[in-house]
Amino acid sequence: MKLDSKKSAKNSKNPGDEAFKIICMVSASFIILMLILLFIELFHHSMPSIRKFGFGFLWSTGWDPVRQDFGAFPSIFGTVLTTVVAMLIAVPTSFVIALFLVELSHPIFGKVVGEALDLLAAIPSIIYGMWGLFVFAPFMQDHVQPFLSKKIQPFLDSAAAFIGRATGIEIGLPFFSGSGMGIGVMTAGLILALMILPFTSAIIRDVFKMVPSVVKESAYGVGSTTWEVTYNVTLRYGMQGILGGIFLGLGRAIGETMAVTFVIGNAQKVSMSLLAPGTTIASTLASQFSEAVSQPLFKSVLLELGLILFLVSFVIQILAQLWLNRVRKSAGGGL
Amino acid sequence: MRLKGMMSAAIGAVSILVLSQGAQAVNGAGASFPAPCYQKWMAEYAKLKKEKINYQSVGSGAGIAQIRAKTVNFGASDEPLKADVLDKDGMIQFPMLMGGIVPIVNIPGVKPGQMKLTSDVLADIFLGKIKSWSDARIAAVNEGLALPDEEITVVHRADGSGTTWNFTNYLSKISKDWEAGPGCGKTVAWPTGLGGAQNAGVAQLVKKTKFSIGYVESAYAFENNLSYTQLQNAAGKFVQPNTKSFQAAAANADWKNAPGLYMVLTNQPGDESWPIMAATYILIYKNQPNAEDAKKMLAFFDWAYSNGGPIAEKLKYVPMPENVANMVREIWKNSVK
Repeated sequence: MKLDSKKSAKNSKNPGDEAFKIICMVSASFIILMLILLFIELFHHSMPSIRKFGFGFLWSTGWDPVRQDFGAFPSIFGTVLTTVVAMLIAVPTSFVIALFLVELSHPIFGKVVGEALDLLAAIPSIIYGMWGLFVFAPFMQDHVQPFLSKKIQPFLDSAAAFIGRATGIEIGLPFFSGSGMGIGVMTAGLILALMILPFTSAIIRDVFKMVPSVVKESAYGVGSTTWEVTYNVTLRYGMQGILGGIFLGLGRAIGETMAVTFVIGNAQKVSMSLLAPGTTIASTLASQFSEAVSQPLFKSVLLELGLILFLVSFVIQILAQLWLNRVRKSAGGGL
Repeated sequence: MRLKGMMSAAIGAVSILVLSQGAQAVNGAGASFPAPCYQKWMAEYAKLKKEKINYQSVGSGAGIAQIRAKTVNFGASDEPLKADVLDKDGMIQFPMLMGGIVPIVNIPGVKPGQMKLTSDVLADIFLGKIKSWSDARIAAVNEGLALPDEEITVVHRADGSGTTWNFTNYLSKISKDWEAGPGCGKTVAWPTGLGGAQNAGVAQLVKKTKFSIGYVESAYAFENNLSYTQLQNAAGKFVQPNTKSFQAAAANADWKNAPGLYMVLTNQPGDESWPIMAATYILIYKNQPNAEDAKKMLAFFDWAYSNGGPIAEKLKYVPMPENVANMVREIWKNSVK
């Protein structure tokens, strides 16, 4: 009986509905198809490089186009380092910004700042790059980096020496060594932090806003402080959305190209010092592609770098989803 | 009625667009080194002859790739192709312009043309062996110049570049260590320093980074008011980068005995020669698919050889001498069909 009614409902459907459904389905499967084809294409074109360098490509530091010797490690290292710097700064800051906007600020002020955040998020990345090169990098060279290398680095050195004496293990902490030239890994990380800050803050703010006020008011009603409400109610409710915002920022930081190319220095070098120039996968691709098109192996190397970036983003997405599922279960939030 | 009128107007506009697209079919792409001059020429030519030639400054590597893919009528490269490669592709190349590549420095207090660099000092700075501006070897040739005890920041190109090819070609000629190390190429394994995109990017990085040194096509140094240096040439003399020293170096070129017009102009002899000169080339196919486009294109190059000199000189390039232009015209006549 039930089956029949369903069937008749289907039969009475307008053929336009069916057509629309098919169009939607084709459009949706197009996304999966794109993903698969992109992967196949990248893999196919990476083959000459994979065959020549094997897995050693991932940790080789060579980069010599004249002798056709290439390694991905400087690019991977720079990508990870700039992203870590950016996330370390952007995540706590955007959390505090969102908290202030939703819980603490005057509603009108919060609205103005919120609008400004959205505007910031819409600025094209090349603008951040130019600002970084023309304004921020000279500022870093004149004011921030001398302080880091002359005041903080000696402290790190003596800390390293102390740890060396205490544990018997020789270590170095050369994070701010060398004279800063304005441009470098640290400047790139800071610019990235600025770029993802509006994204993560806007999402975390929206998540905080979605927490039902009844729940929060009940918590205030039983005498909780703002911090207790935030920690025990808002955070639990919004954990998934917050992590979503963080991962969106992470995705942007890993793949950001133009702004980083402007300020990182594009040097195929691995240095523990944050003041040294470096490179990322995306900036290597951007700066070297025009040259590589006429050299088959070079082109293949760049496409393999693209493949690595593709896979890294993919793995991050999967890990994020798994993590979100776990959090969703344990927190039991409503989002 | 109104709709119909609008539609026919629109169709008319579209067909005019299509027609004019068909009419201006001569396109070129390649080196950024001569781009300022090519674009000036093309603007002038369009004004005088009502013929439009387009040029995209995408870099030498991309220029060669585009002409190979036949997406443009001509390619442009600062790195000349060897005669056998040209034959294999069925292309010819001819030099269009010459220009100087100059080192630029950013040291507070040092004015354009004040600093002197010997060839081995230049190589050792770019090798990262000379690390400080107060190094005794720099001081030895720069008496009276206050040089700070600061670390040298080397600035090089991040992208593939004909300018880099000529610069590293020069360094390979004057330094055994450079030849055995990074070598000569459009991108090399730089031992030290920062990378900037294109000539303009290197100029900006040097301008913004104190105690840095870089290299650019001379127009970028003069236009940006950067402190270019003197260089020691093959004759052992220090020379200033200017039209006179560029022309002195260019005059050495023996074009008659250059198969495929392959000519590298670095480290030329002569007391007044600027040591890092480069010729920049145009690449075209011998068998032109469209006779009319070919005629238009060659007419433009012919005009540029005869009338482009003053514009080139104003931009501090060195135009090709008349006898070379005539050799090229001869080649067109004999091999372009």
